[in-house]
This record gives sequence, C-alpha cells and structure tokens, in this order.
Amino acid sequence: MEMHGITMRYIEPHAHMVSRVTDDYERMVLAGCAAVCEPAFWAGFDRGSPAGFQDYFSQLTEHEPKRAAKHGLKHFCWLCINSKEAEDVKLAEEVVALVPHFLDRPNVLGIGEIGLNKNSRNELRVFEMQVELAARHNQLILVHTPHLEDKWKGTRLILEALKNDPRIRPDRVIIDHVEEHTVEMVLDAGMWAGMTLYPETKCTPARAIDILETYGQERLWLNSACDWGVSDPLAVPKTALEMKKRGHHAAAIDQVVFQNPKRFLSQSPKFKLQEIIPTSKSG
Amino acid sequence: MNRQQVLDLYFLDARHKLVDLAAFLDRVDRARGRDDFRLKAFRAALRGLEGRKRNRAKRVLLAFSDLTSKPVAKAETKGASGAWKCMASR
Repeated sequence: MEMHGITMRYIEPHAHMVSRVTDDYERMVLAGCAAVCEPAFWAGFDRGSPAGFQDYFSQLTEHEPKRAAKHGLKHFCWLCINSKEAEDVKLAEEVVALVPHFLDRPNVLGIGEIGLNKNSRNELRVFEMQVELAARHNQLILVHTPHLEDKWKGTRLILEALKNDPRIRPDRVIIDHVEEHTVEMVLDAGMWAGMTLYPETKCTPARAIDILETYGQERLWLNSACDWGVSDPLAVPKTALEMKKRGHHAAAIDQVVFQNPKRFLSQSPKFKLQEIIPTSKSG
Repeated sequence: MNRQQVLDLYFLDARHKLVDLAAFLDRVDRARGRDDFRLKAFRAALRGLEGRKRNRAKRVLLAFSDLTSKPVAKAETKGASGAWKCMASR
C-alpha cells in the first residue's frame, strides 16, 4: 500500500504467530510489515506442567524467528506466564523461575504479556511476582488488561500495582488492549497504551482512530493481537488505510504504525530493524 | 474531518449497526424466557446513547463494567460474558 507516494511500513507489536499459518507472514510482509513481536500467551488450554512452558519459550525464541525469517521478517518475543494460567500459584512460581534462562536470547524484548484476567487475588500475586522479575532483570513490561466487563477494574488494579514498585519506570511499560474507558488512566500514569483491533471485541479501526484523535498519538500504538480466535493479522495496515480515508497525513500514520512502536521497543537494545537474510530449509 | 465528511464516511455503517441492534432487541422480545443480567446491562448501556453529551462510547463501556475495586477471591472461570454479573446489586 502506498501513502501519498510513500510505500507503507508498519511494525506489528503484538501478534501470536505460533497460532497463525505461514501465509499470514507473507501477507504481512506484502502489506509493509517490518517486524513482528509476539508476547507469551494462553494456548487456549491449560498446560499440564512447567515443561509445557519450557517448550513454548523454546518455540518463541528458536523456531518462530526462523519461520518469520523465511519471509524476511524480524521476529521478537516477550516471555511470562499469562494471567489465564495464574490461578495456580505453584505452577506460576515454577514457570517464572524458568524465564531468566531465556532472557539472554537475541529476540527476547521483555516480560509479557503479564496482567490480569478475572482480577483474582492469585492473578494479582502472580502479576506482582513478574513485575518483580522484570525489575530485577531491568526488562521492558507488556501488560494484558482483562476482557470486557473486567477491563476497567483490572486496569486500575494493574496501575496501582505498578505504581507501588518505585523501580518501575512508567515509560518502559505498555498497557495493552485499552479502550475508551481505560485509555486516559493509562496515559495519565505516564505509561504507553496499546489499542487492539479485533472484529468483535476491543477496538474497531474507526474507534481506535477516534481515540488517537482525542488523546493524541504520543504514547499510543496499534496492534492486531492476532491469535487462534477471531482476529485479523492485517488489522494494523487496514487501520492505516482508514486513517488515510479520514485525511491523516502520511507522516502522522507512519508515527502511529511504525515510529511509535519503534520508539518504545528500541528501549530494548535487542530491537533492531536491519535487513535479514531468509534462512533456507531449517525449521 | 468536518461533520459532513464524517457523515459521508460513517453514516451508512452506523445506520446498518443501529438497525441490527433494533432487530436484536426484537429477536430477544420474540423469544420465550426471561431476561438475564446481560440484557439488563444492555438496556442500561442504551441509555448512555441518549442526549448530546459526549463520551458515549466510554459511558456504554462503563455500563457493562465491574466498577468495584477489590480483587475477587478466586477466578471461577476464564471467560468474560460482556456484562458484570452483579449489575443488579448496583
């Protein structure tokens, strides 16, 4: 796609590519994707043991970057135990203990997507445990906020917990899945806010652009959060097109879909966008 | 965009969604059985559309939300229904 004569480029800062087909990588690259970032998340079922997470972390740090590289795409990831599996605190403690063994891998950007799901005490305990892990290892943090009716309360609990740890710098935290009722409290806390573009829940392209127009685009980014559910890996470039229809200039669109994620993610020295050579038959 | 441009770009889409919403409420009314907490929240959220006050999207989202402040004792399920179940106690 071209924007006023300039070929569009974007970064997909939140996509669960392990649950997408290889064709999606090709489509994303054709649409101008320069890098994809994959937070660790729930597989749609509960893993039976820490060994399941060990394999998943290997998949995110070894296999998936090779799969992306076949299409010339840089792949980065975030590691954690997600909030949907955080009710079992003993399991969570064992998984959290695994994470430091992977933090030195070249595509790991930080701890995420940690957060809350049903806003339970155990979820909050495991969230704080992982904030502590991020602080101890000086890692960026990517936070998942709960779905639907639980989002407002969960976002407040998350912000309180983050503010309670003086080691956490707000500008090194992205709070994801914000909507109209939560974006203001996140930006007021000095953190970054992510808007997820889903066909049925979270934000539509039109609403996401409304939020950009209302709150400015200084610390906001867009993502598809595409996974095994109803989602669209091309949601970010489609929203860029919607911005163009509304008369936003190419530079403003580039700031939201490319410069903003680059600015936040570049706080990790591992986030580099240089050209890569696709690997051959491995993986 | 000026107001005319907004209408040109979004009116038909919004009209389509409004008719769909009206048809949903008719469908619910035709169906046998009782309302539940979701429909109660839905009707409350509709009131957020009335008048000319801004921030309608925020008001609608808040109408479906749990506005309490303490963590719950235990996560009894993983999913979300779209409306807070204890809405009736509000």
